[in-house]
Amino acid sequence: MSALTRRTLLATGGAVVVSFALMPHAFAQGQQQVPKLPGSLDKFPMLDSWVGVGADGRVTVFTGKAELGQGIKTALIQCAAEALEVDPEIITIVTADTARTANEGYTAGSRSMQDSGTAILQAAAQVRGILIELAAARFNLPPNQLRAKSGAIIAGDGRSVAYKDLVTGQELHRPAQPTSQLKDPKTFTIIGQPAPRVDIPGKITGAPMYVQDLRFEGMLHARVLRPPSYGATLTSVDTATVERLPGEVKVVRDGSFAAVVAQGEFQAIEALNALAATARWQQTATLPDSRKIFDTLRGLPSNDSTILNKGSPSLQSEHALRATYRRPYQLHGSIGPSCAVAKLDGDALTIWTHSQGVYPLRDSIADMLHMPQDKVRCIHVEGSGCYGHNGADDAAADAALIARAMPGRAIRVQWMREDEHGFEPFGPAMTSDIAATLDAGGKIMSWLYDVWSNTHSMRPQGSGGNLLPAQYLAQPFSPAAPKPSPQPEGAGDRNAIPLYTVPNAHVVGHFIPQMPLRVSALRALGAYHNVFAIESFMDELAALAKVDPVEFRLRHLDDERARAVITTVAEQFGWQPNANLSRGRGRGFAFARYKNLAAYCALAVEAEVEHETGAVKLGRIVAAIDAGQAVNPDGIRNQTEGAIVQSASWTLYEAVRFDRQAILSRDWSSFPTIRFPALPESIEVHVINRPGEKFLGAGEAGQGPAAAAVANAVASAAGVRLRELPLTARRIKAAIGV
Amino acid sequence: MLGRIIAGLVVAIAVAFGAFYAWAWHGEIAPASTPAALFDPGVVAKGAKLAAIGNCGTCHTQAGGKPYAGGFPVETPFGTVYGSNITPDPETGIGSWSQAAFQRALREGVSRRGDHLYPAFPYDHFRHMSDGDIAALYAFMMTRQPVALKSREPELTFPMNIRLSAAAWKLIFLRGGGIARDTAKSEEWNRGAYLVAGIGHCGSCHTPRNAFGAEKKSDEFAGGMGEGWRAPGLGSKSPAPAPWTQAQLYTYLRDGFADQHGVPAGPMQPVVRNLQKADDADVRAMATYISTLGNQDRALADRNLRDALDFAHARAVRVPGATGSATTGSSPPANADPAATAGAAIFAGACATCHRSGGGLPIARPVALGLSTAVNAPEPTGFVRTVLDGIHPPPDEAGRFMPSFNGTLTDAQIIALATYVRAHYSRQPPWANVAATLSQIRRQPTAAMEAP
Amino acid sequence: MIELNVNGETHRVDVDPRTPLLYVLRNDLKLNAAKFGCGLGQCGACTVLIDHSPVFSCLTPISVLEGRYVRTVEGLGSADKPGPVQKAFIDEQAAQCGYCIPGMMMRAQALLERTASPSDAQIRQAMAPNLCRCGTQMRILRAVKRAAKAMVGELTPVREAQK
Repeated sequence: MSALTRRTLLATGGAVVVSFALMPHAFAQGQQQVPKLPGSLDKFPMLDSWVGVGADGRVTVFTGKAELGQGIKTALIQCAAEALEVDPEIITIVTADTARTANEGYTAGSRSMQDSGTAILQAAAQVRGILIELAAARFNLPPNQLRAKSGAIIAGDGRSVAYKDLVTGQELHRPAQPTSQLKDPKTFTIIGQPAPRVDIPGKITGAPMYVQDLRFEGMLHARVLRPPSYGATLTSVDTATVERLPGEVKVVRDGSFAAVVAQGEFQAIEALNALAATARWQQTATLPDSRKIFDTLRGLPSNDSTILNKGSPSLQSEHALRATYRRPYQLHGSIGPSCAVAKLDGDALTIWTHSQGVYPLRDSIADMLHMPQDKVRCIHVEGSGCYGHNGADDAAADAALIARAMPGRAIRVQWMREDEHGFEPFGPAMTSDIAATLDAGGKIMSWLYDVWSNTHSMRPQGSGGNLLPAQYLAQPFSPAAPKPSPQPEGAGDRNAIPLYTVPNAHVVGHFIPQMPLRVSALRALGAYHNVFAIESFMDELAALAKVDPVEFRLRHLDDERARAVITTVAEQFGWQPNANLSRGRGRGFAFARYKNLAAYCALAVEAEVEHETGAVKLGRIVAAIDAGQAVNPDGIRNQTEGAIVQSASWTLYEAVRFDRQAILSRDWSSFPTIRFPALPESIEVHVINRPGEKFLGAGEAGQGPAAAAVANAVASAAGVRLRELPLTARRIKAAIGV
Repeated sequence: MLGRIIAGLVVAIAVAFGAFYAWAWHGEIAPASTPAALFDPGVVAKGAKLAAIGNCGTCHTQAGGKPYAGGFPVETPFGTVYGSNITPDPETGIGSWSQAAFQRALREGVSRRGDHLYPAFPYDHFRHMSDGDIAALYAFMMTRQPVALKSREPELTFPMNIRLSAAAWKLIFLRGGGIARDTAKSEEWNRGAYLVAGIGHCGSCHTPRNAFGAEKKSDEFAGGMGEGWRAPGLGSKSPAPAPWTQAQLYTYLRDGFADQHGVPAGPMQPVVRNLQKADDADVRAMATYISTLGNQDRALADRNLRDALDFAHARAVRVPGATGSATTGSSPPANADPAATAGAAIFAGACATCHRSGGGLPIARPVALGLSTAVNAPEPTGFVRTVLDGIHPPPDEAGRFMPSFNGTLTDAQIIALATYVRAHYSRQPPWANVAATLSQIRRQPTAAMEAP
Repeated sequence: MIELNVNGETHRVDVDPRTPLLYVLRNDLKLNAAKFGCGLGQCGACTVLIDHSPVFSCLTPISVLEGRYVRTVEGLGSADKPGPVQKAFIDEQAAQCGYCIPGMMMRAQALLERTASPSDAQIRQAMAPNLCRCGTQMRILRAVKRAAKAMVGELTPVREAQK
């Protein structure tokens, strides 16, 4: 029997359980002033945590990030393939799994390329270096006479050795160095190419790709009984009647958490309805008056922090302007409601989940169940697009609770549409006040910005309290106290500081701990609202200065890359200053650099507003995005097109409705989103590739600029400025008047 | 002798025709225009509300077209008349119409140039509007966005394709204008009567018509046709089991939902949507008036309501396991129509997900089918069209929703379903010929049904 | 016991006749493509073809399927031999999370079987019952147009065949 090497484990597809937590500690011991390693290598420096070479010739890449539909698997494969000099086809990628991959936190914040992409690129480059060294020793040649190509190391004299024949043991089990020998970007043949997505063919041909597609022997179907409103107590329920229904129905109950389990899925749904019919709840929720929500939020206690203090801003000026902007609660609205499968085998619990953070989820579920963390394994399997913290973690917790009650059985929990709409954490309602003055030359002199917002993260962080079902158990967990996220990333104050050059500025973030509705991270966090507000206001200032909106922005920007996305869009769109548009037609422009440190994005939008109805018809949309070194330009384009359409939908249609007791938006008929006939005429995205530059997160960069460009186009077309989202036809018509 | 009789007849006919022609002839009213800016905004706003009640936009806007620019096909038994361009475009719209010309069109059914307008344009109702209201409506129309689009000529069978026939129609069927006040009734009731009879033109759909397409005044509000749907009778003439009280009518017209009746479907959807732009007091007034139509026995209405609610409740499918009985619908009686049994199975599978009571989901439930107007109507048209089309709120607004079952169910299944629903949820006699209604509807598909 | 014809094969399933087709496809026949999105006929993720019509399989009880012909994405082609609609979606990379795409493909297939070269407006109108939350719609439109071109001459539109 051969020794159990990592290599043989990889070749047979076995799980590799390595105690990742120990590695950086061991490395750090005895070393002073450890230089920082790039990306996620810093916390997980062992090269074979990222790249492995199998006996079968395949390469395995490990990432702690998850495929959310953003194309990360493909992009990371491209990075590895380029750096390692192999055909991407021979790479298998293993994504977030608490038993197999590094803990890279959440796949969020558009950090995947920065964190994981950087780590894999560097690790793969260093692995290539090691392979060359190994071949050099074998051929007795200096390394600089060898090169890597197509999965082999080749000598000048024609000798070659395949990678799989070089790696026989623990050769790759060593820590990464702070710098790597990276290829000259001019020689890239894989990075920078629009490689087709590795996951699309399976999705197009009905392969089992999603957590919703998982099937296990003897798997049971479960549905959870959700309360009619937040925090209701289940005072009685008739389990006996329900357990007589077809499908060997069982009811699992713990306090106010109740679920039905059945053999068949339809049987589970029928049983859920029967359970609901007998359930009696004591409701306690009091939600604020939705018509006054912004005043309510401003009135709640807040922790205020000044995040920018520059010069001495003053509003004493002939040319001063102030405005207030508002954004309602908005839904993730994942098209596939959340789902998870869990199984308790002996004392080990496995959960298949589409959570964005399998490690924090694992820790939180372990806490909820009072189990040791190393007995809980969370494996990421794709769900539908989540766009942030949706019901995925809660569905995983539901499944875990039921699995614990029914050991030895795989339990599949599927949320209903009404559950996802009603209980997912929303993007928080936000409001901001802006005031600015212009000097005689039409440049911004002073800038004052205040933004009010809840936290943008109530993700499971290690304790059970942020998991929805944990809050309803007989011995309930309380949600953790929300904490603000510091700048420069920020949360409610993300992108609250404009990139524009302003001599005097004061920006304050008002962090409101109390959450009248359940909230958490929604794509772009506070940047969606802040960029909508700031970029709308820039247009209002430009009008005051009587300067073209594009020209006005350029006058306040020195950053070359920012200027480049703006001028690219202006050119491609054909933006002429002082264009004379016919009545009802308009155009809008917007720009932002996501978090002021990630991707740059600019947009121009054409729109028509129908005078009689206020309906908006979107015409051409042209965008440009600079995400640094573009690994897969088509992936960036796809994500940006998606951000634009999604943001247009939020901006024109979407607001969560609620009354004094409960959420009213419970399905698509009560929360309409954009449909095909209302789509823009066309969307063009120009990806500005910067070979050699750092990867900049691109997935959320379009969200804020799209909102503002649409708002500016509507203002231009309708002749009136609206400052509260969504810009519904009804509101636009009310503003236009008869 | 015969020759003289014939000659005499010919002369008589000629004289009669000459008199008729002279009577029918209208001169051109000189073109005139007032710049939009000169209209008082308050008057324009008043006109907007009247246009909302009048639903002008619905017949004068084609699918995908600019508002009020015309092109909408109005189907009549004699062919199709297209709503004209009533934007203030001087060449193709009414931009060169003076207020007098506008008023003549509304009251007399005559265009600015003196041509007769077909009564597909309901001047038989609009003639009841006051001068002030007509002036406000004029101000509104004249301040819309002008659109250059030539109005489509009607496609009518002989002899209706000759405009003079409209004059003949008017001679026979057009009654005097103006609605007399009923001093015994409230201000609100009178306001409602005025709006319903005039700008609201409810009778255009809700009153049956004779062979010449004129409303049968003796049967006012007894039910009619509109865009291929049957507009049910109003007030106590409605087939709905629960009475249409003022409160029910008001919430139906204002919010698009009445808890003892349901939601508007088909052509009534844009009517209710437009009423959101009308004054609340006017909507209330119309509800007040309509609720008094027909038999006014209050005690009878109360008994009918209790009876209707009890029946609907008894017949409703309940969630399995609820209240101790696992039932998905009552069993049909022993000699039941086999179609009804098949229909029960279809209902249980395709409809009962939403059309049942008890349980948690879905959250927005339809009103009990036993209370449905469509299910209790004399003809199955409304039921069949609703099953085929579904009910869809406008794409950007939240609202009650029912999916379309066109394609999901075969025609035979739809017929079986209709038979069952009629038998189980209504105490009315079975529908005579669902199959014939369905084929007729298939020959006149609505936009919702027709897949490109 | 109910007999179903799915993608040309006959299956016999022993489930409650009220069971929506979606769950039978996924759980009894192990066909993954049609997805649960809402169960209410509002999102189209469950769209399949019955005879030639696109329907919401989440609302179609199997009791109505006797003698009728169900088609799912699995019947359009396979990984080795994708059908024209599938190939068009792959070529246009018309997916982000991809969850809505099978429903989109079936609705597109139904459209293209009825109308050989639909206009942009016709495609948008036909696809309206299907939602995409990731914002992939522009690519989906391009994929449908691409499939239309590929299918011209390949298929006789249904209405023609019925004449």
